[in-house]
Amino acid sequence: MSGHSTYEPKSGLETWLDSRLPILRFANDTIVTFPTPKNLNYWWTFGAILALMLGIQIVTGIVLAMHYIPHVDMAFNSVQRIKRDVNYGWLIQGMHANGASMFFLAVYVHMFRNLYYGSYKAPREVLWLLGCVIYLLMIGTAFFGYVLPWGQMSFHGAVVITNLIGALPVVGHAITTWLWGGFAVDDPTLNRFFSLHYLLPFMIAGVVGLHIWALHVPGNNNPVGIDVRSPQDSVPFHPYYTVKDGFAISVFLILYGVFVFWLPDALGDAANYIKANPLVTPQHIVPEWYLLPFYAILRALPNKLMGVIAMFGAIATIFVLPWLDTSKVRSMRYRPTIRLYFFIFVLDCIVLGFCGAHSPDDLVIPGVVGPQFLDANLNSFVWLSRIAALYYFAYFWVITPLMGLTETPLPVPETISSPVLSHPAAMPAGAAASPEKRG
Amino acid sequence: MADTVAGASPDHQVSVSPTLEGDPNRRDFIHIATGVAAAGIVGGLAWPFIDQMNPAGDTLALASIEFDLGKVVEGQQVVVKWRGKPLFVRHRTPAEIQKAIAADHEDLRDPATDESRHKPGKAEWLILVGTCTHLGCVPTFGGGDYGGWFCPCHGSVYDTSGRIRRGPAPKNLEVPDYSFLSDSKVKVG
Repeated sequence: MSGHSTYEPKSGLETWLDSRLPILRFANDTIVTFPTPKNLNYWWTFGAILALMLGIQIVTGIVLAMHYIPHVDMAFNSVQRIKRDVNYGWLIQGMHANGASMFFLAVYVHMFRNLYYGSYKAPREVLWLLGCVIYLLMIGTAFFGYVLPWGQMSFHGAVVITNLIGALPVVGHAITTWLWGGFAVDDPTLNRFFSLHYLLPFMIAGVVGLHIWALHVPGNNNPVGIDVRSPQDSVPFHPYYTVKDGFAISVFLILYGVFVFWLPDALGDAANYIKANPLVTPQHIVPEWYLLPFYAILRALPNKLMGVIAMFGAIATIFVLPWLDTSKVRSMRYRPTIRLYFFIFVLDCIVLGFCGAHSPDDLVIPGVVGPQFLDANLNSFVWLSRIAALYYFAYFWVITPLMGLTETPLPVPETISSPVLSHPAAMPAGAAASPEKRG
Repeated sequence: MADTVAGASPDHQVSVSPTLEGDPNRRDFIHIATGVAAAGIVGGLAWPFIDQMNPAGDTLALASIEFDLGKVVEGQQVVVKWRGKPLFVRHRTPAEIQKAIAADHEDLRDPATDESRHKPGKAEWLILVGTCTHLGCVPTFGGGDYGGWFCPCHGSVYDTSGRIRRGPAPKNLEVPDYSFLSDSKVKVG
């Protein structure tokens, strides 16, 4: 999409089509000859994995919708019927339910890769924003989808999340009633959630189109984080990255297959095998694993409205990241100080996930009764989530802006090719080669 | 070429004549009128598409229930489904009522006297919407330090008047609109 096209029609038919609908030219320029930095590593294959996962979710989802019944009396049974009676329903439902988890796993890797290599920085801010929009749509889709099996966790998850909006002053109550279409989560709610669950993936597909468009204007970032300077720095997308992405997809599908075939319920909650009962709340309400960190942030604050603001703030924060980062160096390969904070941040997100999975009053270290501090035990998950949530926000709002101003980055290579060419393997025998000490 | 240029000049002169100067104004009017009409149509149609999500007529019609209090033994509560939510009908013991009145003057998060939470002369009957005001879970009967309810989701504690005493919930358990049809029958909603 950027630069001039190298497409040459090979037959009369292609020439005829090219002057009417240049779709083959478009395909050629975007996935065949598209110049791609030659040093992309496996962290860059998750874009293709995500595209595949979106495709799988849409295809399996359309099939499931042929058998699913969005009615409070029949939804639970219809999902069980899909799993037990519909031909290959166990496979298609298993692919869809576990596919959501795999989709989020891939998107988190994709996002952390972005953070590490500074791919969100100029000129790729719009690309990053579109990615954030996709992530937001994914959260919405996953939430609506999780309600559909109408198990206990589906129902009470929906109750808790829709009640979050009730925290808004004045209008909160009217909005929740509007969302529910009644006075509680009920049949109208299930119906509209089904409708929206069917709609959002197509919106995601649309934004993915924009995302790829925005990617193809500046081209890919790369592990050294410097621009492509000459044709020697890039290779055509096909066959180099079609093959690399294909290999990564194959490995990823093995992991996906393990869950679908051997551990189909490992990522789900047992309570969702009990039909929804509005009169009894499960002892312990948790969202799916991929939303646990945000759930932990929500519960870290003692005030309902503040908790809701913090949770949405955690997601809103990632949108403004390109304007919080003051560093000119993209890749953290050359930013040894913030790299340390980055790895703590990854750990911090996992810790938040653990906090979200536990009851707030549970003890972090079993058997140790810590001192009471303010309103809770210091050894409880409440305090751990508070500390972790604080680090989450500090990483974006304090560490990222400050690091860019205070740190001394390592020397950045002149071109993408130079660290490769100065690698010992590429050097004439006997030549001293140590890329770290160059420049 | 010369002909074309010569022909163009008079046209140019015509375009600044007063007759056509009125044109831009008429055009502005058309543009604004079209814009207003389009905005009006879109805005007018937006409301039906928003309001269709609000509770439908049949949902509202089913919104009240009658309940026979004779089923509830003193010291117990019965949970009824009302508007898709649990409704707590609690038959309080004199001790529980005393406890609730005694707490009237304590430092409450959502101040309310016990008297304001039941019908006059019917202190033994406490009728509340059984959803935690935090995030809507169903609190368990008799749990917590105040002998009222305890919410298992995030640890909110309610007293025997259904008032919030501890935990993240911001408000007391809601008292629905209800009335006594007779001594042993109430209509809720």
